[in-house]
Amino acid sequence: MRKLTFSGGIHPDDTKSLTAHLPIEEIAPPELLYFPAQQHIGAPPEIIVDVGDSVRLGQPLTKSEAFVFAPLASSVSGTVKDIGLYLHPNGTKVPTIVIENDGLDTKAEPLNTKTLDELSPKEIIRLVREAGLVGMGGAGFPTHVKLSPPPEKVVTDIIINGAECEPYLTSDHRLMLERAKDVILGTQAVMKVFSLGTATIAIEENKPDAIAAVSEEAKKVSGIRVAVLKKKYPQGAEKQLISAITGRQVPSGGLPADIGCVVLNVGTTAEIAQVITNGTPLYRRVVTVSGNAVAEPKNQLLRIGTPFSYAFSQSGGLTEPPSKIIMGGPMMGIATCSQDVPVVKGTSGILALSEKEAPWRNESACLRCGRCTTVCPLGLVPSALTAYAKLKDLEQCEKYHIMDCMECGSCSYVCPAQRHMIQSIRWAKSELQKKRAAMKK
Amino acid sequence: MADKLPVLSSSPHIRTSRSTGGIMRDVIIALLPALCCGVYFFGFRALFLVVLSVISCIGFEYLWQKLLHKPSTLPDGTAAVTGLLLGLNLPVTTPWWTMVIGAFVAIIIAKQLFGGTGHNFVNPALCGRAFLLASWPVLMTRWVLPFETGFFISPDVVSSATPLAILKGTAEGELPSLISMFLGNIGGCIGETSALALLLGGIYLVLRGVIRIHTPLSFIGTVAVLSFFFSSGDLGATESMLYHIFGGGLFLGAIFMATDYVTSPITGKGQIVMGIGCGVLTFVIRRFGGYPEGATYAILLMNIATPLIDRFTKPKTFGTTKKGGAKYAKK
Repeated sequence: MRKLTFSGGIHPDDTKSLTAHLPIEEIAPPELLYFPAQQHIGAPPEIIVDVGDSVRLGQPLTKSEAFVFAPLASSVSGTVKDIGLYLHPNGTKVPTIVIENDGLDTKAEPLNTKTLDELSPKEIIRLVREAGLVGMGGAGFPTHVKLSPPPEKVVTDIIINGAECEPYLTSDHRLMLERAKDVILGTQAVMKVFSLGTATIAIEENKPDAIAAVSEEAKKVSGIRVAVLKKKYPQGAEKQLISAITGRQVPSGGLPADIGCVVLNVGTTAEIAQVITNGTPLYRRVVTVSGNAVAEPKNQLLRIGTPFSYAFSQSGGLTEPPSKIIMGGPMMGIATCSQDVPVVKGTSGILALSEKEAPWRNESACLRCGRCTTVCPLGLVPSALTAYAKLKDLEQCEKYHIMDCMECGSCSYVCPAQRHMIQSIRWAKSELQKKRAAMKK
Repeated sequence: MADKLPVLSSSPHIRTSRSTGGIMRDVIIALLPALCCGVYFFGFRALFLVVLSVISCIGFEYLWQKLLHKPSTLPDGTAAVTGLLLGLNLPVTTPWWTMVIGAFVAIIIAKQLFGGTGHNFVNPALCGRAFLLASWPVLMTRWVLPFETGFFISPDVVSSATPLAILKGTAEGELPSLISMFLGNIGGCIGETSALALLLGGIYLVLRGVIRIHTPLSFIGTVAVLSFFFSSGDLGATESMLYHIFGGGLFLGAIFMATDYVTSPITGKGQIVMGIGCGVLTFVIRRFGGYPEGATYAILLMNIATPLIDRFTKPKTFGTTKKGGAKYAKK
């Protein structure tokens, strides 16, 4: 089979062997769980429970009338202990609901009792919204919004993203291997929503067992093909994936729907199947707990709201003070300074990296070696962007298409001078956004 | 465990193990065959001059950063590489004090005055050499044949002709055999005569991913094509081509100088433009200019053109058209 890919990109050591062979292990929920009220990109949520209320597993905690919104469900049954500001993995203190687990897992009414055949496309979209599904690769964009593009954008290609190109992470890998049926059923639901007869599930070549498992299930239904991708980072980035599969480029500043594509993560797809078959909203997810500072790296099935410290304790604790604690993968994940932050919908991994894995080095002068430009999957000139960002020359940054940067980190990774390019680019991007917002007013 | 907090920083959290110092170490390793050949052909004095050049470059950089209270960049190895290249780019007859002045020009004037590592707009070693060539043209062109030099150079040393000067007709002499040209058994600068040794170094650099093949290939290729079609003297086309590519500083320049990161374009396309530009200028100077050899000035001129080349060979941003707009009209 021809292996598909994009231009640019890097080949970091994927370090997946720490957990790739380990089956998903279901972890019993802890006593106290923390639910940051907003776990999606979009409208702010309204908290609909009060301190002292008793809640059931799957009961919604937030609501909003807005379209771009994903409700949040309790992942255990128990009592609301507190509603206040708690630390989020991203480093800010956000409104959070604290729930004391009663250990009974009393379930709320199921969201769905019909089968996929009985559901209409509209009902599927409503179910996806009620289940609170968001992009589980970490972006947190509400899935039902992706499933309902404006009428003038005709979707022709459905791509299910099982690339999992981030080093260390194996949660999608194990999920495809162990829950291939769910992945296929979810894909069929998405095909039904868009009334399309075909869909592509894209998997990187370094997961042959997952490719085999998903292909096996795909054979049983019609229209779903499995595409094998080259192992390269960032193969799972939306634009790069679309380019590898269809050969088309998402226009600068545009969305996949502009060229008739919709891309969903495999984890999200499997959750769509879950809500259809079990009627449960998104309340738990597979999280890769890994890194050399973790005693026993594992793929854990964790309830949303579980503190990182609890996840580490289920992996035998930490063997050394970690140099970095990261939510997500090492290339695009967020570093956090505390273990007392909860698993959210977008937590694909929790990494405790040792000093050796994630060394801190000071940046030295740019040599203009051009490695960053060669690897940039978006055809940008990261060295120039960094230089202009440091000069605070936002106009030149814009001219060099800084807003197209997806912050994949390939440039910083290859830089022999250890330039903190993504940091500089992020700063300039946020300044530009502020400037644009100010101009609108 | 609470005594040490984890580091908070922007992603990515893992980095390549490749460093500036490591790259410079590779360049030094790649130059060792050329240095060995130089010492073999031109004797102990060659080694003395190269070592002096390296020490002077490191010394000047150290002094500059000490006096200006700047953080030391000596560990990155760029000063040592500049010293090595400068030493290899001068004839063995060069007086020691000239070598030190060359190092001063390279490190202080060409590099540090413009902001140090990464900010010089011309190759420091070549700038040092060009300065010496312009200031002491006679001292800088006292070529001797291999195995004919002692440690001390007498002031009335007899200058022999380099193959390129014979080709040009500005000097009398017998052209050496092509095999001598390839091995380096000819008159010339310490490190430039052995095409074989330089080629070995070049292959090492390409395999280690330090340089890309674009510039050396297009540089040497351009000179080869031009000297094939505009042959020198009464030589046949192929012979003229071989003398031109093995003669002078072409290999040293194409592999080690024109590929200098700081002063060459960053994209593959730009590097090919750089190579072709260097090739054309080298040949024009050799054939029509006043000097028998033109690689130094060709590279320096193309160094100056690098920002311009970079601007015109900027890669196409993903999802844009050639004009820079979004690929599809947005609704």
